Amino acid sequence: MLAKRIIPCLDVKDGRVVKGVNFVNLRDAGDPVELAAIYDREGADELVFLDISASVEGRATMVDVVRRTAGEITIPFTVGGGISAVEDMKRLLRAGADKIGINTAAIRNPDLITDGSRTFGAQCIVVAIDAKFNAEWGEWEVFTHGGRNGTGIRALAWAQEAERRGAGELLLTSMDADGTKDGFDIALTRAVSNSVGIPVIASGGAGNAQHFADVFADANADAALAASIFHYKEVSVQEVKNTLRDKGVNVR
Amino acid sequence: MIAIIDYGMGNLHSVSKAVERLGCDMVVTSDPDQILAADGAILPGVGAFGDAMANLRETGLADTVKAYAASGKPLLGICLGMQLLFTESEEHGVHQGLDLLPGRVVRFQGNYKVPHMGWNELSFVQPSPLFEGVEPGHVYFVHSYHALPEQSSDLLAVTDYYQPVTAIVGRGSLFGMQFHPEKSGKLGMALLERFVGLAGSR
Repeated sequence: MLAKRIIPCLDVKDGRVVKGVNFVNLRDAGDPVELAAIYDREGADELVFLDISASVEGRATMVDVVRRTAGEITIPFTVGGGISAVEDMKRLLRAGADKIGINTAAIRNPDLITDGSRTFGAQCIVVAIDAKFNAEWGEWEVFTHGGRNGTGIRALAWAQEAERRGAGELLLTSMDADGTKDGFDIALTRAVSNSVGIPVIASGGAGNAQHFADVFADANADAALAASIFHYKEVSVQEVKNTLRDKGVNVR
Repeated sequence: MIAIIDYGMGNLHSVSKAVERLGCDMVVTSDPDQILAADGAILPGVGAFGDAMANLRETGLADTVKAYAASGKPLLGICLGMQLLFTESEEHGVHQGLDLLPGRVVRFQGNYKVPHMGWNELSFVQPSPLFEGVEPGHVYFVHSYHALPEQSSDLLAVTDYYQPVTAIVGRGSLFGMQFHPEKSGKLGMALLERFVGLAGSR
């Protein structure tokens, strides 16, 4: 049986990890490669690098980070952030990334999903969706720019379109739950996961190990992603997995 | 020396780094002489079956891989590289494979998620020199098509995804892994280490 995946996410700017990371025995707490290796050893099933560099130089640095990471770790990793062309994808995949995450660029130009999927295969294309509940519609709306800009696009319809265009996986972040530490957005995750035939990674809201158990049991998520609770050592990947095992969830 | 066969399909960086980490000499190459001279060869691959076979034929590497397999030296196909060892695939129309192992590659079909993506557990179904000193566990899969070997003697390990799924195949010194050993943590590295060991490259 396929194991549920636990995925730490690292925000990287100009080749450095941002948001303080609270690990002891780190030579360099800002080095994404060293952190990736630690998460690999701790039992993370995959990693996501989110490149938040604003400059061309910063983005170029990411290629080097990817190359060094690929030489260091033995688990798959996704790179997202600022990728808006098939050429960008190629550069990162050739450097050793396993998957490419696209978000705003896919909304602006949905053909990017189609083209990326045709060129590299569906398994390489992760469409990231930031969604927020729209009370007027009674369903979720796709947002960009960290939840600031509404798009007028319905999240469920967009998830299905992404699948139809060849996405291999969805990274679904609830803008309502993100940062709350009150748990993943069960209703959103369940609604999306049950309306597509590709894996869904739940993101946003993780505050403790039980929250992971909930999103797997109640929302049919295939994987769950978190950033700060892992970085700040509020809970370790191994503790999350122990809790999941106790609850009968299949983990690696 | 391990040759990693470069025929223009996908990311060879992770595989080559993994082999390097095992302390092995390796070369990423599309040169038939270099491949044929290696102690062991790896046929990686990400992408579509038809494109991969077209590349292998155009470059003449299809014949090189067959000649390599005939030489009796260890050859390992990974992911799409494993599927290419079979007779044919139904990915986007029927395409002929290298036909080193009789069998077909078919799409997952059913009321479940495709691709089969993530960590799944291996069951060894036959002893193999590849498994000596290795305990089964989880390895990382990502694929939408899976191989159906014609001869059960070619099937070395399976995993379970709504049906038994071919995970490792082998015949003599020819091997294939559907998952990515280079992305499969300690167990993946242990299996790769066994393979390069068989190649006498360590």
